[in-house]
Amino acid sequence: MARKITYQQAINEALDQEMSRDPSVIVMGEDVAGGAGAPGDDDAWGGVLGVTKGLYAKHPGRVLDTPISESGYVGAAVGAACNGLRPVAELMFIDFMGVCFDQIFNQAAKFRYMFGGKAKTPVVIRAMYGAGFRAAAQHSQCLYNIFTHIPGLKVVIPSNPYDAKGLLIQSIRDNDPVIFLEHKALYTMEGDVPEESYVVPFGEAAVVQEGDDVTIVAMGRMVNYAKDAAASLRKRGIQCEIIDPRTTSPLDTDTILESVERTGRLVVVDESHPRCSMASDISGFIAQEAFGALKAPIQMVTAPHVPVPFAASLEELYIPSPARIEEAVMKVKEYR
Amino acid sequence: MSSPLTREGLLQAYRTMRTIRDFEERVHVDFATGEIPGFVHLYAGEEASATGICMHLNRDDYIASTHRGHGHCIAKGVDPVGMMAEIWGKRTGTCKGKGGSMHIADLEVGMLGANGIVGGGGPLICGTALASKLRGTNNVGICFFGDGASNQGTIFEAMNLATVWKLPVIFVAENNGYAEATSSNFSVAVENIADRAGAFGMPGVIVDGFDFFAVHEAAGEAIRRAREGHGPTLLEVKLSRYYGHFEGDQQTYRAPGEVQKLRDTKDCLMQFAKRVTSRGELSMADIEAIDREVKTMIDDSVVQAKAAPLPLPEDLMTDVYVSY
Ligand SMILES: Cc1ncc(C[n+]2csc(CCOP(=O)(O)OP(=O)(O)O)c2C)c(N)n1
Ligand SMILES: [Mg+2]
Repeated sequence: MARKITYQQAINEALDQEMSRDPSVIVMGEDVAGGAGAPGDDDAWGGVLGVTKGLYAKHPGRVLDTPISESGYVGAAVGAACNGLRPVAELMFIDFMGVCFDQIFNQAAKFRYMFGGKAKTPVVIRAMYGAGFRAAAQHSQCLYNIFTHIPGLKVVIPSNPYDAKGLLIQSIRDNDPVIFLEHKALYTMEGDVPEESYVVPFGEAAVVQEGDDVTIVAMGRMVNYAKDAAASLRKRGIQCEIIDPRTTSPLDTDTILESVERTGRLVVVDESHPRCSMASDISGFIAQEAFGALKAPIQMVTAPHVPVPFAASLEELYIPSPARIEEAVMKVKEYR
Repeated sequence: MSSPLTREGLLQAYRTMRTIRDFEERVHVDFATGEIPGFVHLYAGEEASATGICMHLNRDDYIASTHRGHGHCIAKGVDPVGMMAEIWGKRTGTCKGKGGSMHIADLEVGMLGANGIVGGGGPLICGTALASKLRGTNNVGICFFGDGASNQGTIFEAMNLATVWKLPVIFVAENNGYAEATSSNFSVAVENIADRAGAFGMPGVIVDGFDFFAVHEAAGEAIRRAREGHGPTLLEVKLSRYYGHFEGDQQTYRAPGEVQKLRDTKDCLMQFAKRVTSRGELSMADIEAIDREVKTMIDDSVVQAKAAPLPLPEDLMTDVYVSY
């Protein structure tokens, strides 16, 4: 039965249900319980924002606090995955991937292929991403583009509570390394989520709303912004189709292609920097595969090519806004 | 043993510690009203460490700091007025409002930056020290890091590198007992962080971080060694943070009354004032004059920060090598 819960609760529930179903699932990370060795509560934090709260008591011995050693524990999660566990390692802020990237992209990502198909590496690396918290340049990046670039990794960026739960369960059951990215601004978002366990398959985009005039591909937090822009555009008589890829690797190109062939106009909205981004990737794909169908140049709505600034006045300018999406849609719509 | 510091030195030490304390307590108050954006990690309680160490430094010596960096900045001579404006996200801030609390830096005074990445500073300070060494100056580099950061690979690599290259670096492990909610009893595999020094071929020294004079003396020795070309030292300063990991932390992992007891019995400012006045090195009037002067300065820094302009829209696209 579905009831309304938050994105954060949906993630917690997915972890809880998978840990109950499969004893090989473990959770590790800095302060995922919070309080190891301290005089007060053993599970004082449950993650910096409380996303893993309660799992420590429900699954004794399977929620492991780690020292601040990302290379060490992320690599250990990869090794444990090679030896029969299904670890979910939390990296807290995705920006910290810089510390342990070798274990992810030279190790985990390569094993299955490089070992001639003999290895499987069912590890999930969870982290929060995204701007909007005045957390500045080292705690606000998106970075999903970087993971998407690397063969062997699967990359998941849920935009709502329903997808968060179903995609996380799929991530844990998947036999490849999965980067599971949670937008910090979405943790409090509420939505209908079934109580029972279910999966959302990888590589299947969601058509968030249908429309025949312009295709908007948006991901993560930007899906909501695209919806806001589309609602306003509807009043101006423009019908937008919004596609949320949900996973950037694998990417459901069929759904995007089919839509653009119908609308002939494409806007891609990506919260990350424009160079080598999902925006440029999807734009390039469509330019190559659907050139004949395009009635206007593709528009990319992205953050600028600058680090995330601290001051609120600058960060608000940095993040793509519904107004900028609307502007881009008008540009492709009015193009002659 | 009589204090090796002059009257001027004692006044400066107290003024620096008082400035850090008042700065942090004021940020604590203003953060609670919701006016200060982002993540803020306060250094209150740890003042003797930054002060006792940085008093030995010149402008040309470098320090690398952490997310808990306000105290290091003040002790190294960064202007608290600019810092306050930075924390408030204003254009007049040390970093034009682009960095915030976690990224205050001022290369002009040898402050290589607070750091949002735990353990980020170790390798960087090896680099400033290498540059000093190759240029033939006797400048040193100080890497401040926490007990949590002490478990980071970058710190291990930096300590090994510093010995291999015989660099003038002092690794200062500020052990406040916690990394976020995790106790150092759990996260550090040995009894003391300083016990690891031997494995990296350098001396390891443990010092009471509530005692300014102990820190000052131990740091003086380590810095002298480094300046004379004898290589790095690992200095472990045992202390405590008075506030949560960040502002907003409920701290249920701590023992009840833990902080109050330390404030009442070991506080570094209290101990300092007691010692210098009981020995007649400074008078209560000296202490109170500094208290007043600092309070005025901090109040004024907030007034200025509040009144200061926000960054301008065009600031978004500057200070980066390409706009696209
Ligand atoms: C690479 C990295 N991992 C994790 C974090 C999140 N984090 C910020 S501060 C902190 C605890 C640091 O503890 P410690 O080094 O003891 O310094 P303290 O906060 O006690 O001053 C953690 C885990 C981070 N900022 N960077
Ligand atoms: Mg600490």
